[in-house]
Amino acid sequence: MDIEKHLPKREKSGFENLKPVRVPFEEGVLETLQAGDLISLSGSLFTGRDQTHRRLVTLLDEGRELPVDLKGQLLYYVGPSPAKPGQVIGAAGPTTSYRMDAYTPRLLELGLKATLGKGARSMVVRAAMKKHGAIYLATIGGAGALLSKSIVKSELVAFEDAGPEALFRFEVEGFPAVVINDIAGNDFYEIVKARKQ
Amino acid sequence: MRTLQSSEITKAVKDLAMSASCDLEPDILDHLVAARDREKSPLAKNALEMLITNANIASREQIPVCQDTGIGVVFISVGQEVIIEGDLENAVQEGIRAGYDEGYLRKSVCDPVTRKNTGTNVPAVVHYELEPGDRVHIAFLPKGCGSENMSGLVMLPPSAGIAGVVDYVVQKVKDAGSNPCPPVVVGVGLGGTFEKAALLAKKSLLRPLGEPNPDKNVAEIEQEILQRINREGQGVMGWGGVNTALAVHMETYPTHIASLPVAVNIQCHAHRHKEVEL
Ligand code: SF4
Repeated sequence: MDIEKHLPKREKSGFENLKPVRVPFEEGVLETLQAGDLISLSGSLFTGRDQTHRRLVTLLDEGRELPVDLKGQLLYYVGPSPAKPGQVIGAAGPTTSYRMDAYTPRLLELGLKATLGKGARSMVVRAAMKKHGAIYLATIGGAGALLSKSIVKSELVAFEDAGPEALFRFEVEGFPAVVINDIAGNDFYEIVKARKQ
Repeated sequence: MRTLQSSEITKAVKDLAMSASCDLEPDILDHLVAARDREKSPLAKNALEMLITNANIASREQIPVCQDTGIGVVFISVGQEVIIEGDLENAVQEGIRAGYDEGYLRKSVCDPVTRKNTGTNVPAVVHYELEPGDRVHIAFLPKGCGSENMSGLVMLPPSAGIAGVVDYVVQKVKDAGSNPCPPVVVGVGLGGTFEKAALLAKKSLLRPLGEPNPDKNVAEIEQEILQRINREGQGVMGWGGVNTALAVHMETYPTHIASLPVAVNIQCHAHRHKEVEL
């Protein structure tokens, strides 16, 4: 297939005009981020999706300790495809976030500061984010090959038997994201909808 | 009569599974490029460029286009003059298992009760049909569930008419918002019965992207739905712009005088589909 002729002039791994942001977040940074901002994340984050959440919350219910301290951290909703030999990771784009809504307030209570996925969050999650001063980010869905290029290291932290739903720690460099919910409670998807009307 | 070994089916399914996840078909790519060229919103245009770049990296390095390499959906149409030696269903499932294993594809199939992952991406969902002749056609559609979950079916009263059908489909896409990774492809099944409508919606996704239904009346409805969806302004990833949907495909079947079933199967821009004839 002749993809080359369609290629943009330069190979972008992110958006244009990104604001660089370190993760975990440095003091005072969350306050500067607004719904609709394009950012580029560098640093470390944890991953988890449906089963990961179910297990974390089950541990909390049983009064047991979590395998990670989520305080101040960013949690990326992703279930990567397996890495081939020599690769850091396979494709690793976002999964749909609403499926984590049932669990998210519990994790925000522990001090989780940001989540990253795709799609809108429930009003309950949005209220919990506002209460705990947390934000929600989205990245581009279905671009798992491209996004894998911004992940420079991946290590297994817990729940290995859950396969793609295990909890990993990623090191990222220039990982692109859009701020959907800021700490003031604004929602970028709603802003887009309002623009149309 | 022609004899076909089931091992040939296994090999064909395995090859389809491996290539479908990494190599987007030219019809999808052409639509992404056309969407980028007509897009005015800088953010959406930028995102479409990223999707084109993503397809390029995926094909060049044989990394899946999307990490959700789906639950396999296989349509097999067997010629009535073909004898298949061996177990056809096993042959298909074995092709899926081998393809997902050797292709480093994500295993996303689990038990619906225990949620335990089968670890192999097996079983795939397989639909069989008979056709005249001595050929076997296999179509493979790995279905990601960010988009599959946004699908729906309604049994409308016939009084709702085509206007009701169009409203239902447009509302489904609107409600899905950014969940199914727009720009989406919308498969619509109209008529038949409850299960027939769902199957028609899924099968319509196999059509070359954007090819209108040969029935002019149906093609007009496809266009009307597409234009209404794209006027809503949700756009790529729900970030605005004119490209919420790339295409609407509708398939119809005669229905009962009391019935008007409508099924909407939503597919994402990572619309992976491959076919082969044996
Ligand atoms: S909806 Fe499609 S593109 Fe988006 S994550 Fe799922 S499979 Fe990938």
